[in-house]
This record gives sequence, C-alpha cells and structure tokens, in this order.
Amino acid sequence: MPTDARAAPHLPLPASILKQGPNLIVSIHTALDDEQLLRLQHDLLERVGRDRARGILIDVAALDVLDSFAARTLTDLAYMAQLRGARTVVVGIAPDVAMTLVRLGVRIPLTQTALDLEEGLEWLGA
Amino acid sequence: MTDETTTPTGVEPDRSDELLLPELVAHLRDHRTQLRQQWAERITDAHLLSSMTNQEVFSEATSVYDNYVEVLETGSVKALQHYARDLSERIIPRGVETHEVVGIVLLLRDVLARSLFEKYRDDFELLNQVLDAYEPAANRIANTVAVSFVEQRERVIRDQQDALLELSTPVLQVRERLLILPIIGVLDQDRAQQLTEQLLRGIRAHRAKLVVIDVTGVPDMDENVANSLVDTVTASRLMGADVIITGLSSEIAQTLVTIGVDLSKMHTVGDLQGGIEEAERQLGFRVSKVPDAD
Repeated sequence: MPTDARAAPHLPLPASILKQGPNLIVSIHTALDDEQLLRLQHDLLERVGRDRARGILIDVAALDVLDSFAARTLTDLAYMAQLRGARTVVVGIAPDVAMTLVRLGVRIPLTQTALDLEEGLEWLGA
Repeated sequence: MTDETTTPTGVEPDRSDELLLPELVAHLRDHRTQLRQQWAERITDAHLLSSMTNQEVFSEATSVYDNYVEVLETGSVKALQHYARDLSERIIPRGVETHEVVGIVLLLRDVLARSLFEKYRDDFELLNQVLDAYEPAANRIANTVAVSFVEQRERVIRDQQDALLELSTPVLQVRERLLILPIIGVLDQDRAQQLTEQLLRGIRAHRAKLVVIDVTGVPDMDENVANSLVDTVTASRLMGADVIITGLSSEIAQTLVTIGVDLSKMHTVGDLQGGIEEAERQLGFRVSKVPDAD
C-alpha cells in the first residue's frame, strides 16, 4: 500500500536491480508511486557508480500505466546516468501505454526505447 | 369519435370500438384471398420489389397480410416488429429500398381501406366509425414496418463500416522485423487512432524493428491528420520501432510545409519501393538479382 511505503521508506521497492556484466537490468514489477520512482532513480544512480555499470536497461513490460511523472523521471534518470557514464534503454512499453503517453502529449524524448529485454540487451551490446 | 357517441342522432344501434374492430378483422379474414391478390397485383403494377420474383412477393405479402390483421386484432405490434426485422434482414441484401417497403405497406393500407369503403358505403356514419378504428392502427403498422426496416439497414451499414475499418488498415510483414502499413483513402482522427492501435499491436506481434508507412493512397492531409501521423511515429518509437514514411504526394508535402507541421523528426522516403529498400539496408538485408534469372 502506498501510504505504508511512504511511512516506511525502506521497504523493498517493487522493482529489482540486477547486475549482468557491465549492465544493470531493472525490472519494475508493479506501478510505482512518485516517491518510489525517485527512490529507484537514486538507488540506480548509486549502483551505476558502485558497479561501474556501462549500461542500464529498464523493463516496464509489467506496467499498464506510465504517467507523465514516471516518464519524466525515467528520462531524467537517463540523462543523469549518462553523466555518470552509463547509457539507458527503456524496454517493454505496451501498445496501450505508448498510445496513452502520446495522447497525453508527453513529448519528453523517452531516451532510447526497444521492444523487449532481448532487443534492449542487443542495443547495449551485451 | 366520442362526440359521435354523444350526438342525439344515436338512434341507430350504437356500435362501439370494441365491436367494430372484431367485425373489421373478421371482414379482412373472410376476404383474405381476394384482398391479398389485389394487393400483390398493385405491388407489381407499381413496380415495387422488382428485385424479387412474383412468387416471393406473394409469399411475403401473405405473411405481411396475416401479421397486419393480427396487429389490428390484438393491438400489439410486438410480433410485427419481430417479423419486420426478420423481413428486412432477408430483403436488404437483395437491394430493396426504403421507399419500396414503405410503399407496399401503404398500398396494403389503401387496399384494405377501399374494401372497407366498399363494405360500408351505404352507411356513412358507420364507415366513419370504422375508419376511426382502422386508421390509427394502420398508421401504426406502417410506422412500425418502416422504422424496423430503417433500423435494420442502419445496423447493416454500421457493421459494414466496422468491417471496412478493419480491412482498411492492414499491417503486413514483408521481411523479418519489417512491417509495411499501406494507408488508402481519407484519414480522419478516428481512423488515424485506430490505425495507430493496430500498428502498435502489429509491432509487438511481429517484433518489428522498422515500419514503412505508405501514404500514396491518401488524397490529402490536414493539420490534425499530420499531427496524428507524428503521434503514430512517436508511439512506435516508444515501442522500439523506427518508422519510415513514404509516398507523400507533392500536394501533401506543400500543404504540410505551408501549415507548418513539424515533420523534421520523421524519416521520409519518396516511394514505397525506396522505403522498403532503405529499411532493408537498415536491417542488414541485401537483395541482389540472381545473374541468370532472365
């Protein structure tokens, strides 16, 4: 429940960050609220430094909603990671999510996108 | 009608509606064969239902006649509605027009009315009462049949529109990971939206990396349509597929630049062939002619 998560910010995020070679693979399991998104952003940037990651892959296939804040956060994350030497690819945006993003006028260039995990890894050169 | 019952001329036996209607129905039943025949003749004379054979006209006429009398008797149009819908379903594909259906029902009304004139011609007062009972029912029947027919036709048109919409935007795979989407005909907001949805699903289903959208068959494009095309491209990119647009006519190119739609982020190629060739290049295909092919 989001209220509980806010009350106890150190509950595990419904997202996992896995290291695979030079890349970090982030899989988001359920919709994240704003606070969780910012935490994910923070954690990931930390990990980029700690694991000396060269690439980040964010899999959002499980999400059936991606609001403008989430899109913005992911885009910001991509820029920030770039500054720390890692490139980011977002994979698994569902057709409906893509439609909604476009219809909402979310014109943020969502950095690099790919169809799924496999494609994303290929782009990262894994 | 109520005036007449209260007029002092009511020396004659007073015949209320309840008695008149059964009498009327009985009359129509007794003369069924003859009246039905008359009606069918008048339909043929008026060149209505010309797409049906005489036999078909006669058998439909029989059913309509019986339904008609039943409605007069019971006052309920439920069964007639059902029958009319059924009838419409059968005759619409044969090209029967609305005016024909309305025409035949009105003819039946006239045929029956005349037979009533004939029967009651000696008693004008009574004829008036009979007509008072007959006319509202007859009009209601005509109404029911016409409305059922039009409704059925609208339903057919709607179904066909849906089918057209489905058919009009095929998403086709030409090479592994390469889709083409030929758009033919006028694009409007709804169609653009529907097209985008289909394309995105196609991208996922075929794991496409590149899509060639061919707009050779689009006669013209306004700002809204151009913008929804940009949206389509943006949405496809979000799913990891790049889009090449081909076949923008010179008129459309001029319009787009004049109204200032920003297509700078779009990848466009002159024609469909060029687009497919470009896409093949990007995907790493090389098509070459076998030396001794011809």
